[in-house]
Amino acid sequence: MADKTGSGGTSSGGESPRADTARVAKVAAGLDWQYAPAPESRDIVSIAPQYGLFIAGEFAPAATGRTFATVNPATEEPLARIAEAGSEDVDRAVAAARVAHEQVWGPMPGAERAKYLYRIARILQERSREFAVLESIDNGKPIKETRDVDIPLAAAHFFYYAGWADKLDYAGFGQAPRPIGVAGQVIPWNFPLLMAAWKLAPALAAGNTCVLKPAETTPLSALLLAEVCQQAELPAGVVNVVTGAGDVGAAVVAHPDVNKVAFTGSTEVGIAISRAIAGTGKKLTLELGGKAANVVFDDAPLDQAIEGIVNGIFFNQGHVCCAGSRLLVQESVADQVVDRLRQRLMTLRLGDPLDKNTDIGAINSRQQLDKITELSAAGEAEGAHRWSPPCELPERGYWFAPTVFTGVSQSHRIAREEIFGPVLSVLTFRTPEEAVTKANNTPYGLSAGVWTEKGSRILWMAQRMRAGVVWANTYNRFDPASPFGGYRESGFGREGGRHGLGAYLDV
Amino acid sequence: MGSGRTSMSEKSGPVGGGPVVGGPVVGGPVASRRLGVRKTYKLYVGGAFPRSESGRSYPVHAAKTGDLLAFAAQASRKDVRDAVVAARGAQAGWAGATAYNRGQVLYRVAEMIEGRGGQFAEEISASEGVPATAARRTVAAVIDRWVWYAGWPDKVAQVAGGANSVAGPYFNFSVPEPTGVVAVLAPPQSSLLGLVSVVAPVIATGNTAVVVASEDRPLPAITLGEVLATSDVPGGVVNVLTGRMDELAPVLAGHFDVNAIDLTGAGADSRAELERLAAGNVKRVFWADDDWAGEPTPRRMLAFIETKTVWHPVGI
Repeated sequence: MADKTGSGGTSSGGESPRADTARVAKVAAGLDWQYAPAPESRDIVSIAPQYGLFIAGEFAPAATGRTFATVNPATEEPLARIAEAGSEDVDRAVAAARVAHEQVWGPMPGAERAKYLYRIARILQERSREFAVLESIDNGKPIKETRDVDIPLAAAHFFYYAGWADKLDYAGFGQAPRPIGVAGQVIPWNFPLLMAAWKLAPALAAGNTCVLKPAETTPLSALLLAEVCQQAELPAGVVNVVTGAGDVGAAVVAHPDVNKVAFTGSTEVGIAISRAIAGTGKKLTLELGGKAANVVFDDAPLDQAIEGIVNGIFFNQGHVCCAGSRLLVQESVADQVVDRLRQRLMTLRLGDPLDKNTDIGAINSRQQLDKITELSAAGEAEGAHRWSPPCELPERGYWFAPTVFTGVSQSHRIAREEIFGPVLSVLTFRTPEEAVTKANNTPYGLSAGVWTEKGSRILWMAQRMRAGVVWANTYNRFDPASPFGGYRESGFGREGGRHGLGAYLDV
Repeated sequence: MGSGRTSMSEKSGPVGGGPVVGGPVVGGPVASRRLGVRKTYKLYVGGAFPRSESGRSYPVHAAKTGDLLAFAAQASRKDVRDAVVAARGAQAGWAGATAYNRGQVLYRVAEMIEGRGGQFAEEISASEGVPATAARRTVAAVIDRWVWYAGWPDKVAQVAGGANSVAGPYFNFSVPEPTGVVAVLAPPQSSLLGLVSVVAPVIATGNTAVVVASEDRPLPAITLGEVLATSDVPGGVVNVLTGRMDELAPVLAGHFDVNAIDLTGAGADSRAELERLAAGNVKRVFWADDDWAGEPTPRRMLAFIETKTVWHPVGI
């Protein structure tokens, strides 16, 4: 991998044997040149030493006074202390949301709700650089992704759903569809602000009020979004943010006065939530795990396919529920595809997330790094062949080199379990029928990719792959107008588009 | 009803070929001394009519008089599993049929119900304890409901899907697809209208169904199976089980090859436990206590579809 001297807070002095190997490989590959550092300034964002919960329009400490730390996963540097909500705080947040729903947000004309959402979208755009830096620091993802994907898409979601708020009669759910009430929303750490936008924007447009529980490792952008809500003069209690770990999310979900539950995260937790609210009549939508097949046929445009494979699994360090983690490549081009993929991976730059040249940032947490490490070890132990480009990992922080497994069979854990990291499993197929069978041989069904120049084959594959999103000759594209969500154990309900409104209307 | 039958007895009681023990033949000439040939009510699984593998049956009584109507098969958990296998086997083919074809097949079902109207009316009258005239009205509503759903297969994609205007050089569209195998717990009271109101929306979009009929009023459901068997509906698309709801529902709710479950026919007090069981493989769970005599809406169809969104770049 191309070096970035001085990036990631790591020392460039003291060559390790590993680094020597890397250098030799790069010379051999003609890549022995270096990028100058191109760090984005972090001065644009000021991180407070402490953050409170956002309830009824005000920031306040937890009733118990308890806090937890959020750290920069690229450096393990503590960033701030965050209030840890208890059941008393959750009660207060839900009560605030209820009052706001009944007295302000529910009765408000849709056209007025729309204007608040437009305001939020605009402020997000205006403060986008600040959000991008903050998200990169708290999450570990590269600044070029937060700058070009997370933040603009989050703003776009608010802008898109703002326009629905006064058009609900025409959304296909009957005349004057009613909101559900108070929505409890629990979101993951992989796209912290974007997931908050996916949850809040349609809920608010439909007339619900929200209690949002961000992930414990990435609370900062949601709290900055709370500040944006204040700046937009969103009425108190319409959006509430309670921070903490899984127990806080569980308390939100189980709260008797929450009418609608929306969760994005692991299938395991999604199932636990389903069980917890069974029989309560709460409306539920789940966006859970995935193990997507990215299918490459022998007539695929290979240059584009290689980029799509890389984007499919290494975008956001593979912390993507719809990541193309199983590459299914037609046998006749398998060697060629793997060779070219390896060449491409040699050019990826891993390091300081705030460097504008960085392709691969930090793993979000020690816990996630351990999981990726364990599953990758299982891949080797089960007999798959492991390969990573020569790659120097920073000494501090949580890092994992891009990894490609070949010789993977369908029974291997790395072909069945969601790794949620930069680890690609390569399998092969001979016929389109075999590709479909293998692609569908998973309990998940969130997304799939297909690469071929033959139009009829694209549509044939798209019809047969059991997945909520199919990317044909592209991968990992997102848009507020495009419904997103899974089949089978990847969850139910859709986020985005007209369909996403239905999850927040009493239909 | 097109049968023009006029001889149906107002008295609730035995159906389809005579009482269990003596008595007049309902729907036939009362004066006849000929002994009626009774129907054996069996399960409908994979296009065939097996008895329960358990060998069990249970008596079914007339709602009003308490007279014995028939012995229905009492399905077991093994029968449930067989039915799920049949439904899974039929699913890809049914979903893969053209929407126009599925619509015609469903319309054919309505035609067949019309032809069997007299028999259905007798069974409804006996099962639900309603007068013959009311039963005939119900059969008419059943036929109309089925026709309503027969028109949906080639329209639902335009209502539930469409093109999405994304901010980039991509063509992006969403289409509804069937969820897969759907378990349907039929309503306990409305033995045929309620039944078709929960089954037709499930299969119209290409799902296959494992149906647990009303426990106390199962006879019209089995006769519906006979209609389906002669209506070009491929075997396994609808599978009808009769037996104890409390025994069968949890097996379906917990079955890992069932994609969704309609709990409408489950007792309100059992829904929580069934929802817990259904969570194990992230089943889609739906129920609604509809007024079966009311106008249908697309809601039940839309509850058992998946939205698939496809992206492709636009370029030269």
